[in-house]
Amino acid sequence: MATVQQENPLTEGLERTPVHPTTLIIFGATGDLAQRKLLPAVYNLAHEGALPERFNMIGIARTEQPDDDYRAFAREAIQKYSRRQPDETVLSSLLERMRYVPGSFDDSAAYEGLESIANELDEEADVAFNRIFYLATAPGFFETIAEALGQRGLDRREGAEVRLVVEKPFGHDLASAQQLNRALLSVFEERQIYRIDHYLGKETVQNMLVLRFGNGIFEPLWNRSYIDNVQITAAEDIGIGTRAEYYDRSGALRDIVQNHLLQLLTILSMEPPVSFSADEVRNEKVKVLHAIKPPTLEEVPERVVRAQYAAGVAEGKDVPGYLEEQGVAPGSSTETYVALRLGIDNWRWAGVPIYMRAGKRLSRRVTEIAVTLKPVPHLAFHESGSLGVQPNQLILNVQPNEGVSLSLVAKIPGARMRVRPVNMEFAYGTSFMSQSPEAYERLILDTMRGDATLFARDDEVEAAWGIVDPILEAWQNADGELPQYAAGSPGPAEADQILLAGAEWRPL
Amino acid sequence: MTVEVWAAENTTPADIDSALRKLLEEQHVRGEGLAPARVVNMVAVVDAAWRGEILNRLERVGRYHPSRTVLCAVEEGRTTLDASARLSADGTGDPTLISVVEERVDIRMGPSHLKRLDAIVDPLILPDLTTVVWAPHGHHEAVEAMHGLADVVLLDSSDDPNPGRAIGWVCRQHDHAYVVDLAWLRGTPWRERIAATFDPEAWRPALRQISKVVVRHRPDSAVSGVLMLGWLASRLGWVPGSLVEEGGRHHGRAKAGKLEVSLQLDPVPDLGAPGLGGITVETADGMTVSLDRAQGGLAAHRRTRDGQQSSWVVLGASRGEAGILGEGIRQALLRDPTYGPAVRCAGKMLS
Repeated sequence: MATVQQENPLTEGLERTPVHPTTLIIFGATGDLAQRKLLPAVYNLAHEGALPERFNMIGIARTEQPDDDYRAFAREAIQKYSRRQPDETVLSSLLERMRYVPGSFDDSAAYEGLESIANELDEEADVAFNRIFYLATAPGFFETIAEALGQRGLDRREGAEVRLVVEKPFGHDLASAQQLNRALLSVFEERQIYRIDHYLGKETVQNMLVLRFGNGIFEPLWNRSYIDNVQITAAEDIGIGTRAEYYDRSGALRDIVQNHLLQLLTILSMEPPVSFSADEVRNEKVKVLHAIKPPTLEEVPERVVRAQYAAGVAEGKDVPGYLEEQGVAPGSSTETYVALRLGIDNWRWAGVPIYMRAGKRLSRRVTEIAVTLKPVPHLAFHESGSLGVQPNQLILNVQPNEGVSLSLVAKIPGARMRVRPVNMEFAYGTSFMSQSPEAYERLILDTMRGDATLFARDDEVEAAWGIVDPILEAWQNADGELPQYAAGSPGPAEADQILLAGAEWRPL
Repeated sequence: MTVEVWAAENTTPADIDSALRKLLEEQHVRGEGLAPARVVNMVAVVDAAWRGEILNRLERVGRYHPSRTVLCAVEEGRTTLDASARLSADGTGDPTLISVVEERVDIRMGPSHLKRLDAIVDPLILPDLTTVVWAPHGHHEAVEAMHGLADVVLLDSSDDPNPGRAIGWVCRQHDHAYVVDLAWLRGTPWRERIAATFDPEAWRPALRQISKVVVRHRPDSAVSGVLMLGWLASRLGWVPGSLVEEGGRHHGRAKAGKLEVSLQLDPVPDLGAPGLGGITVETADGMTVSLDRAQGGLAAHRRTRDGQQSSWVVLGASRGEAGILGEGIRQALLRDPTYGPAVRCAGKMLS
């Protein structure tokens, strides 16, 4: 029998626990991110009954338009990008709760309008709604918006929570990230700030924690005594598309490695946390980042390779090289490919090379982590006719075929003792028969629940930039042309230069 | 969608098993991107005349379908087993993605086979996977025969028009396997919303002040109503008394410490889908909260003790009966610790 004290005994056993009434305020509400990801994610949460029982959304952007026009925009975005066909009754009810504030992000009148509508919604419902400010804008506006919210007193609220969600990129180097943290923390407390890295919202990434800490088989092997090397790959087969303006200022190192790949690495290599509370998990992740020794300026050439894609063939069609893409600065030295070798200087990982690579216009789209175990000391079965005997590899596939596979060596049927590698596969699709929800659905819901486990903390972001910064500095001072690789190829041959003796990249 | 089919008359479980293995091997040789699903075995026992309808229901459950289905169609007078096996893949056409293969075995059998159904289907279910038995047309002897083999009994306690008998059957199954009850799953959004209503700290003390609960239900879904009352009683520590039926309505009382809670089930004739139509919770100090079916979700209405009223819609799409069945299959892999206590309380109310 449950006792009725200050607990709510009715929540026991429910998959969806209650969430406090919330008003979600999206800055940049007409932008690409809102259109493709945020609005469809909010709709899907509504469809599944996962939104708080009382929910409002306010969009804010520069376009002058009334509420109804914004609702029409939101409807079109949801119909176009939602992962499921929208239910008209739910969609209409959701759109009714959407309001719109036109205005520039540095215009105090916009914040006055925003506050007025938010207060009106509270009064109508007689509820102090939690407020979530989602910054889906260009990064140049993050400080401006936070400061303006503070000046208006919108950073705190009696009887309710106020949270700030910040999209990537969080800074463009260590100094700018520190400056942004200082600016945000001068208005909001760290517990109110949710820095998005949408990779952390992916089921397979969260499953890495379960795989490591829920299965006794791996932990005894998860150290320098048994692991030979780790390779983390984020390969895309597409080019830069319409993102030239952003990408040309960013490049693969900032766009993928500093955030997504280092996040994957921390989850792969962190010590078991005491609990899965936000700070316990993030404490362990930060320890890993602190244990990674950034390359010195002199070490960068031997540990990091960058390259740019040249014209080539993708999906059977001729495609231009990076420098011919629309919007790319002439003679740009922005890297579309980066490969690097890192090490984690702690008892568990000392001496284990960590290889990372990320690139665009590669031969295949795949994000995976390959953990290669050390070879057996002596292979008595290695007869002539055995095929490609390799050390065991545990492959964590993040996308597109979400799952885990373990390569083993098995005997080839027949009279002789010949062996070849085989795979044990776990695929999400075959074991759960379900589509993973979009990462943004999970992350938006977590911000409403106030669970920051899957968001980066200030020290985490700065520690990650601290690893990447010397590389950026070395590149800034470097002369010469970037190596090229043909679009549609596995990447530049120069990537092999950073591998230690005996290592090779996994084929894409 | 790739389909591979094998069929035989007057066959045996061993032959069916052998045919399935062969189909899987052949398909594996032909397509490297094909992977057999390994989620849940479902043994469905149906009247042969309604086999197509059940297959349609299973087709419509969407992504939560079983990975291996053994469909046992029962024909009066039949003494032999005829069977077919098929594999189908959900191929997207994208060669870089894995296509998931599902397996289905259809067996035509007679009523005499049901008492030893376990012996027939045992070779056909994949070991180490959860096995669900579902008999939507009765066939209780088949479900009982499966007690040693099935981990989960999937049922719909609303199928029996007599709520007392329905809950009694559920309780007996509960002793042998985990029960997933579609009538319970229809009530999930209602339970979530009632829990959410009382979740703000300021409102939690009101849980101790509940004085009256009225549950509105489709006339054939009284069981869903009793389960809702059973859930409230079990979670809030009420001691339920018996419900009395008068003119199609049930009413009764429960003890909540020193308070008495009035319980009422009201049938609502015009409801389209089975399950609940609404719920109203009143507290001793005059607060009332109501939820009712509405377009786009549930219409919520609240009256505070000082008479202030507010209304809103809690968003959520109807899952439809196909969605409920899909949810039932998904729930076979989870465990809800609140169902058993709720059923026991419901049983006390109907005793």
